[in-house]
Amino acid sequence: MSDAPALRTRLAARGFDGITLLVLPAALLIAGLFIYPFAYGLYLSFRPKDGSVFGNYLKFIADPYLYETIGRTLWLALPVTLLNLFFAVPVAFRVRLMHRQRLLTTILVLPITLGTVLVAEGMLNYFGPQGWFMRSLHLIGLANFGSFRLVHNYWGVFISLIITGFPFTFLLTLSYVTGIDPALEQAAATLGARAMERFRAVFLPLLAPGMAITFCLSFVQAYAVFPSAVLLGQASGETRVISIAAYQAAFEQYDYSMASAIAMIMAAVQLVIVTAVLALRALAYRGPAGGGKG
Amino acid sequence: MNANASFKTLRLDQVGRDFGAMHALRDLSFEIARGEFVALLGPSGCGKSTALNCIAGLLPTSHGSIWLDDRRIDTLASEDRGFGMVFQNYALFPHMSVRDNVGFGLRMRRVPATQAAPRIERAIATVQLEAQAHKLPGQLSGGQQQRVAIARAIAIDPPLVLMDEPLSNLDAKLRLEMRAEIRRIHQGLGCITIYVTHDQDEALSLADRIVVLRDGAVRQIGTPQELYAKPAHLDIADFMGFRNQLRGTLVQQNAFPANVSVGLQFGDSTLFGFTRETVSGGQAVAAIRPEDMQIVGAGEAGVDAIVDAIEYRGRSFFASAHMKDGQKLYFASADRLELGSVVRLGASPQHVLVYSGA
Ligand SMILES: Nc1ncnc2c1ncn2[C@@H]1O[C@H](COP(=O)(O)OP(=O)(O)OP(=O)(O)O)[C@@H](O)[C@H]1O
Ligand SMILES: [Mg+2]
Repeated sequence: MSDAPALRTRLAARGFDGITLLVLPAALLIAGLFIYPFAYGLYLSFRPKDGSVFGNYLKFIADPYLYETIGRTLWLALPVTLLNLFFAVPVAFRVRLMHRQRLLTTILVLPITLGTVLVAEGMLNYFGPQGWFMRSLHLIGLANFGSFRLVHNYWGVFISLIITGFPFTFLLTLSYVTGIDPALEQAAATLGARAMERFRAVFLPLLAPGMAITFCLSFVQAYAVFPSAVLLGQASGETRVISIAAYQAAFEQYDYSMASAIAMIMAAVQLVIVTAVLALRALAYRGPAGGGKG
Repeated sequence: MNANASFKTLRLDQVGRDFGAMHALRDLSFEIARGEFVALLGPSGCGKSTALNCIAGLLPTSHGSIWLDDRRIDTLASEDRGFGMVFQNYALFPHMSVRDNVGFGLRMRRVPATQAAPRIERAIATVQLEAQAHKLPGQLSGGQQQRVAIARAIAIDPPLVLMDEPLSNLDAKLRLEMRAEIRRIHQGLGCITIYVTHDQDEALSLADRIVVLRDGAVRQIGTPQELYAKPAHLDIADFMGFRNQLRGTLVQQNAFPANVSVGLQFGDSTLFGFTRETVSGGQAVAAIRPEDMQIVGAGEAGVDAIVDAIEYRGRSFFASAHMKDGQKLYFASADRLELGSVVRLGASPQHVLVYSGA
């Protein structure tokens, strides 16, 4: 028997113990399903059909039909995300005070379980030319100007993204809102702050970091919009989002290299936005949202 | 906002608060004059925080009314009452520096920065936190956070300061220091302070008057001296250090103008004491502080007990014993007694309080 501690003890001291092994399956899964395809896609994007290295990327920035998809996607994803946040915060504040939180949360979360395709189908029926909504508008004489439509255009995709994105944004926001000690609001009230001032001076600064994270996650979700852009929008017109361009390159032109390049560009745009938002977040207070001990 | 600034009294009139079927507060009525320091004292769950929150406007009352002189305030929102409140868990704004926390109330009152700055510095100086003024609450110790909470509440010069067990998270030494500081701050402000605590020492040492609560109702209101010398009920006596509670048989009762003298029989021995009102029924309880019991000669009034344990307490010994019928007794003794020895313990009648025994 030597005096040195057993190998096991020494490993544990460095953070390797039995529990570390449990991470292994997840690590393998991530490597196999995420890192490898990504690296392979990146490699593929630099192997265009014409034999050059940057051919795909040059083609993308030269062709308005391709590069305009970036702007179109942002034009959908950014307003939708902001609007969802804008709705989610007051609703979360209200729900926080309610006794039947569970029921309301369940109702609000339902659209998540439906999936985008089902929502799109429902919207086609409801908002379509023969749907209840449009017929009711006709009945009360509001939709007589010929071109007013809520499907097969920008607004169709917009509304469906709101419906499918809101529950997600709301749930995240609710968890951040409930993390703020209610005594802080009471303290602000005893010090003379009215409801608006309490929100602005106490809640908003404490909520901002969480809102930044919520924004990033909701944005990334909305940015990858595909089914609703096809089903509810104009796949070759104003809702020709970047994922449609990638899809067409891959499955209509069978140019996987180009499709990979578009996917990489898509990732880069997301990265830029997310980095910018997180950089702003770094400026805000990020400590605990409690008011003291006990 | 501080339209209340020049009032003379705060009055609670039959204030009650229910949570569903549960009465957290029942018909609370008392009046506090300006300058008074009042402690709300009672065991955990008796409704102290509920009472304080009702006064602060953080919890609506179920019935009754609250008045500043002849102005009804229980209908006002918390932000319109202008009272300073120190929360049980401090509730400091974690994203603001100490200085910004303390200045929050003045900012909300739109006090110009040039006038606010000296007031903020004065409040910070009062709690001796000048060196920490730039820090965030998370960077302070518990005692420092607690002082920030006090400074924040007093910076607005409130006519009424409400404190909810502000010292409960501090260690014993800091608690004693802060007691003195709170008393000093109260005298400096000349306002009303209502101080919630479940610690009778704290209430006795700080307050001008103590309101004892139990199950949401007032049990007794009085000065610390009154409560200490003449608790109105056996449970308050217990709270105030009357550790000996001896159940005996009533043998004589003589009414005097102010009180009633009684004799209580324990087996073949007798104790004499006083009671506030005539005791009915054959049984009664004599409450006596351990330090008021002493060993007496065989012929004198007192009870016989067998010494069970004795421990050294610095200036004297503290002993426990039991009587023939099994009741426990505690007393102070100048000498180390033999375990198992029989002693006769007496107390002068003015130190023996008698309560009806249920
Ligand atoms: N929101 C509420 N809903 C239901 N019951 C409540 C609520 N708040 C308080 N109570 C009840 O009211 C009673 C009084 O509570 P309160 O907080 O005033 O006690 P307390 O005297 O401050 O106790 P502690 O010393 O432990 O702080 C308790 O029995 C408590 O269970
Ligand atoms: Mg309490």
